[in-house]
Amino acid sequence: MKAKLFDYIDRDNFIFNLSGLTKLLCFIFMTFAVMFSYDIRYILFVMVLSAVIFKASGLEFKQIKIMAVYVVIFLLLNFILTFIFAPTYGTEIYGTRHEIFRITDFYVVTQEQLLYQITKSIKYASVVPLGMIFLLTTNPSEFAASLNRVGISYKAAYALSLTLRYFPDMIRNYQDIAVAQQSRGLDLSRKEKMGVRVKNTMNICIPLIFSTLDRIELISNAMDLRGFGKHKKRTWYVARPLKKGDWGAIVFGAVILAGSLCLSVFVNGSRFWNPFV
Amino acid sequence: MEEAGRGAVVEFENFSFQYFSQAEPTLHDINLKIYEGEKVLVVGPSGSGKSTIGHCLNGLIPFSYHGKVEGSLKICGKETQEMNIFELSKRVGTVLQDADGQFIGLTVGEDIAFALENDRTEQGEMKETVQRVADMVDMGKLLKSSPFELSGGQKQRVAFAGVLVDDVDILLFDEPLANLDPATGKTAIDLIDKVWREYHKTVVIIEHRLEDVLYRDVDRIVLVNDGQIVADMTPDEMMAADILGKYGIREPLYVTALKYAGVKVEAAHHAGRLVTLDIPAVQDAVLKWHNEPEEKVQQEERPVILAAEHLNFQYTKKRKILQDVSFAIQEGEMVSIVGTNGAGKSTLAKVICGFVNEDGGRLLYAGEDMKGQTIKERSQNISYVMQNPNQMICKPMIFDEAALGLRLNGVPEEEIAERVEHALKICGLAPFKKWPISALSYGQKKRVTIASMLVMNPKILILDEQPTAGQDYHHYTEIMEFLKSLNESGVTILMITHDMHLMLEYTSHAIVISDGKKIGDASAVEILTNEKIAEQANLKVTSLYELAKLTGIEDAQGFVQKFIDYERRNMRA
Repeated sequence: MKAKLFDYIDRDNFIFNLSGLTKLLCFIFMTFAVMFSYDIRYILFVMVLSAVIFKASGLEFKQIKIMAVYVVIFLLLNFILTFIFAPTYGTEIYGTRHEIFRITDFYVVTQEQLLYQITKSIKYASVVPLGMIFLLTTNPSEFAASLNRVGISYKAAYALSLTLRYFPDMIRNYQDIAVAQQSRGLDLSRKEKMGVRVKNTMNICIPLIFSTLDRIELISNAMDLRGFGKHKKRTWYVARPLKKGDWGAIVFGAVILAGSLCLSVFVNGSRFWNPFV
Repeated sequence: MEEAGRGAVVEFENFSFQYFSQAEPTLHDINLKIYEGEKVLVVGPSGSGKSTIGHCLNGLIPFSYHGKVEGSLKICGKETQEMNIFELSKRVGTVLQDADGQFIGLTVGEDIAFALENDRTEQGEMKETVQRVADMVDMGKLLKSSPFELSGGQKQRVAFAGVLVDDVDILLFDEPLANLDPATGKTAIDLIDKVWREYHKTVVIIEHRLEDVLYRDVDRIVLVNDGQIVADMTPDEMMAADILGKYGIREPLYVTALKYAGVKVEAAHHAGRLVTLDIPAVQDAVLKWHNEPEEKVQQEERPVILAAEHLNFQYTKKRKILQDVSFAIQEGEMVSIVGTNGAGKSTLAKVICGFVNEDGGRLLYAGEDMKGQTIKERSQNISYVMQNPNQMICKPMIFDEAALGLRLNGVPEEEIAERVEHALKICGLAPFKKWPISALSYGQKKRVTIASMLVMNPKILILDEQPTAGQDYHHYTEIMEFLKSLNESGVTILMITHDMHLMLEYTSHAIVISDGKKIGDASAVEILTNEKIAEQANLKVTSLYELAKLTGIEDAQGFVQKFIDYERRNMRA
């Protein structure tokens, strides 16, 4: 029951009812908008927006809790490592140097560096909820249908959606195998040394791989037997025609992207917002 | 066998097949005709080639499994060598064994539509067809449900509908009963029968659970062994021919009972199905046998090794899985835990092993409360074997796999060698000590997983989900006899199972769980002759019980017990 990660649960609200294609496009637009701009104000705006959308979609925080924890850890690491390897990158970008305090001659904390690193972290932090919203509110099959509609081959699209679909199953399977192996004395807890733990995890992965391979053979047979891959194209039972709301959402996403581009070109003059000059 | 007016839809002529990966042909010189509208049951032991026949019919051979084909196989008059799998899939619809694994779509509707999507059917028409076919299998109201919300039987109905959308001529069922509980299996057979009658399809069923398939009419039984057809006759003739046992297929229990009673079964007795059996012709013999005096086997009282007191468990507040479950298991008992899918049987095993923690009540091992003991601590006394050996095996060599638990516990290497050798010997694997696991059969792998638990010297062995699932009668007997000998050496065994034969023959004690509550706790004979419990827990009363009733024996339970005792004493000595 812990396998909530990536479980798709159908709900009836505006976000869920949008077509998969719309959500994919909006996701691409908004991600690109955030990735392009280094203007923290705009990124914060998108981040608040994604929080609002998250709320509106009726998703619960506990569905993405594990993911959120990993993201925070990753961001912290990234934050620290960036500082260790490039403590003056911020001053290079912004062209000024406002020192806050010195650690050593090389490691100087500057306002520029702080702004740069915080901007970067927030960038990632705002993309992740967007991705999670997209994954959790899109029926995996519809996701395949929408990928197919933007021109990706249906076989590749189906492979991806099947992977998403069986991911929760694999996690469940992993947990089952893990407890069974633990009962043979396999220790995965913190009491064991890191190296041994990694090795022990391998002992779980091998049976997991073999039982997954069995499964793959079965599913591919089942698909062959029902004519998958017979024609160059296929239709989709779940495909939804674009409605008014979809067009609205696509335009909205496009406006966000345009906003990001305009801000860079006309207001900031570069991808960076520079408050120091 | 030739029937006027009906053409053959399947014609095997001197057909042989050899997988490229194998040294010997899997099918030799098969000659078989199946006529339009017939319902044919193909039986045979594991590895007999019966599934290979199925693969040839639906085109998986040679499309997915490659090999050398000789002779001819025509479907609807057309040579299959000249067809591809897609063409064949329009004529032969296949329902695979694992209804869960073949569920491709994310909802019922989508899954049923899969073949139509691949045929580029337009969406409006597709929705109509899906609705119509879903109604045929009584799933019309559940089009939006996801596979997680469905029972095993419902998933199978969806799989069934998924092939019916193509309006195929031939329906092929590959072990349709393998993962179903007895009552659901019965409805599955009913459904196949309904479609066969109402829509005039040709039906081929591959299955070794003969008695369960014969719950409804079957025209012919084809017995396959070693890649050859050894018998092809009506059920009535097959029962009279008395050859099933020889080829590792279990005959219906009531037929066995007739033989014990000294009846020489003939085709005229119509013993193919219990409902057609000529009762007056056999009644006297059965009654006489029943009334023969029998010495009772006395069970002595032994100390309780595992007890549960008012056990409760829930994943979330709303979903109560176990409710107030209490039981006591004596040392050296062999116990079956039965009930519907999702009733809480597996959860019970998980609570006992400490994989999850109970929310209320107590679990006592030899009188001592196990609360707070970790998985590892409990595993010193209680071992858990998962259903699928592939889920447990993680070493390439047999010895290493069996030694894994001891090595992890830091046992010295000399002692490991000794204990592993001993465990492998008990499991009949001593000659294979140095073999790689990949060279073993499924049943042997199962033994390896058991051996790898035995090295830990457990007092209790828990086997999850049908230790014998997917095994033919021969291998089934082998595994069960092995477990029985293990049990006799003092290990208490708990088995989670759907298999009523297993329950009846091997476990003296059965605990029935339904909706998280214990609804029965008695001898297996008592449970399987209790219509109320059987119905509640999706079991089926045994055909022995029905035979007793039909022949007018009042003490039907006594009759079943007599059968079991007789078999124990005379057949397995």
